[in-house]
Amino acid sequence: MALSVTRRAGWWTARRRDHLLGYLFIGPQLAGSLLFVFLPLGLVLTYSLNEWNVLADTFTFVGADNYRRLLNDPNMASVLTATGLFSVGLVVLNLALALLLAVLLNQRLRGTTVFRTLFFSPVVVSLVAWTIVWGFLLQNNGGINAILAAAGIEGPNWLRSGSWATVSVIVVQVFKNVGLNMVLFLAALQGVPKDLYEAARLDGASAWTRFRRITLPMISPTVLLTSIITVAGSLQVFAQIAVLTQGGPGTSTTVLVYYLYQQAFQFHHFGYGATLSVLLFVIVLALTLLQWRMRRRWVFHEA
Amino acid sequence: MRRKTLLYGLLCVLCVPFVFPTWWMATSSLKPVSEIFAFPPSLWPGRPTLEAYRQVFELQPFAQQYWNSLYIAAVVTAGTLVVSALAGYAFARIRFRGSNVLFVIVLTGLLIPSEVTIVPLFQLFHGWGLTDTHWPLVLVPMLGAPSVLATFIMRQFFLVLPRELEEAAAVDGLGRFVTFVRIGLPLARPALGAVAIFTFLHSWNLYLEPIVFLSSPEKFTLPQALTQFVDAYGGPMWNVQLAAASMTALPVLVVFVLAQKQFVEGLAHTGLKG
Repeated sequence: MALSVTRRAGWWTARRRDHLLGYLFIGPQLAGSLLFVFLPLGLVLTYSLNEWNVLADTFTFVGADNYRRLLNDPNMASVLTATGLFSVGLVVLNLALALLLAVLLNQRLRGTTVFRTLFFSPVVVSLVAWTIVWGFLLQNNGGINAILAAAGIEGPNWLRSGSWATVSVIVVQVFKNVGLNMVLFLAALQGVPKDLYEAARLDGASAWTRFRRITLPMISPTVLLTSIITVAGSLQVFAQIAVLTQGGPGTSTTVLVYYLYQQAFQFHHFGYGATLSVLLFVIVLALTLLQWRMRRRWVFHEA
Repeated sequence: MRRKTLLYGLLCVLCVPFVFPTWWMATSSLKPVSEIFAFPPSLWPGRPTLEAYRQVFELQPFAQQYWNSLYIAAVVTAGTLVVSALAGYAFARIRFRGSNVLFVIVLTGLLIPSEVTIVPLFQLFHGWGLTDTHWPLVLVPMLGAPSVLATFIMRQFFLVLPRELEEAAAVDGLGRFVTFVRIGLPLARPALGAVAIFTFLHSWNLYLEPIVFLSSPEKFTLPQALTQFVDAYGGPMWNVQLAAASMTALPVLVVFVLAQKQFVEGLAHTGLKG
């Protein structure tokens, strides 16, 4: 280092060269972020204040019209309910099942790798392929109802009746991705020092107490991480709904992303679609900040 | 002993919803149409046939669509590795003016998924004359929000990587770039592996972007193509859809089972921790 400084004395120092290299290294990522993330974000705000008529190719400033429309949209209550139900159901089920599977796999047991592979396998199955199979299984005359019928139970028409449709989409999505959170939890569980459990056992703490007082606090950073990822992911679920229910029956599974897609790309209401995008952005932002602030209360120590 | 039996029993029951759909997909794709909704359901096709597989290629340019998905995912993965390794290394190792501010700016991109920006992205690419091409499916994941996550992971990895080897290289007179290529990158192999896996899967699964940007069947990617096997009334042709789905899912599953250790542990240990 010192050598190159003396060789290239003057303005072009090693430090400056290092600076330049730093900018060159981050260049593609920074340019990409500006062009494909921040520019579109700025445009989405602009579009939401305008109405874009595709057929006439006119772009007119309409001020807060789109936002007024948002407040008066008769579908909005149903869309937000569906989005909320969907996110809450997905996050709760996903985290609970992931934790259960991780705890089971963390037992001293032969063959856990095989089970781990099986639980994880849907993660690598193409999302639409996975959804199509479940769509097939959940048909009124499909596999699941056939199995239920064989046991003498008449199953509901899973994808065509309001509340069952929501449940079905959630469950399909949970089985698809729970393996990812399971693996993260498993890594966290393996990082909990064994002597803590020994000490607690000597004090006569029950298994449940050990789980609540030792395991949960020790893995709380992972709980936070997985919940942030899962909440953000739950707001982006689109393919499952497009394939399984197309937002129906009625609008019972029309979540915000799907509604946005319909408005912008099926009805060509680009201005209103952009307004719904702004709403989606605000929700993602608010939830992430909220979770991040809650980490002080939840998270036992910062890993 | 009883506890063990109980645990195994529980694990086996819990496995069913994870394994059965894949089994049902593969076996049903081999059934003739008449058997597909037969009651009682059979776990194995009575008269196995490859008719559905033949139809997959007859109804759509499926081989072309398969190639589209494969090469797009490969290009996105390679591009993301380059972009994120460079940026992640610079943010972790090189001290340059404004690096912290720039890092926060880039990281903010994580809060802006492409679902939020899909409307203007469509208009932008439309204006550039690039709709119904594969450019948006390559450029947006490679440089937009998904690559930000990759950059973050690479930065975290380089932050905890001991500096000694790189410092030794600097003493030996190797420049920064050479040090990065010869020493930093080889050490980062586990993180690069994790990034490669999730980037490939992300691109392979993409659905909203293809249906927004693409309109000609020979440009379609697999997820989009799978849903297009419908009869004259718009109802799904189940056996054909399942055959196409099997061809989409099974190769990746086989690769996964062969390399499951790298997949699972790579993602767990370097992927998202720290």
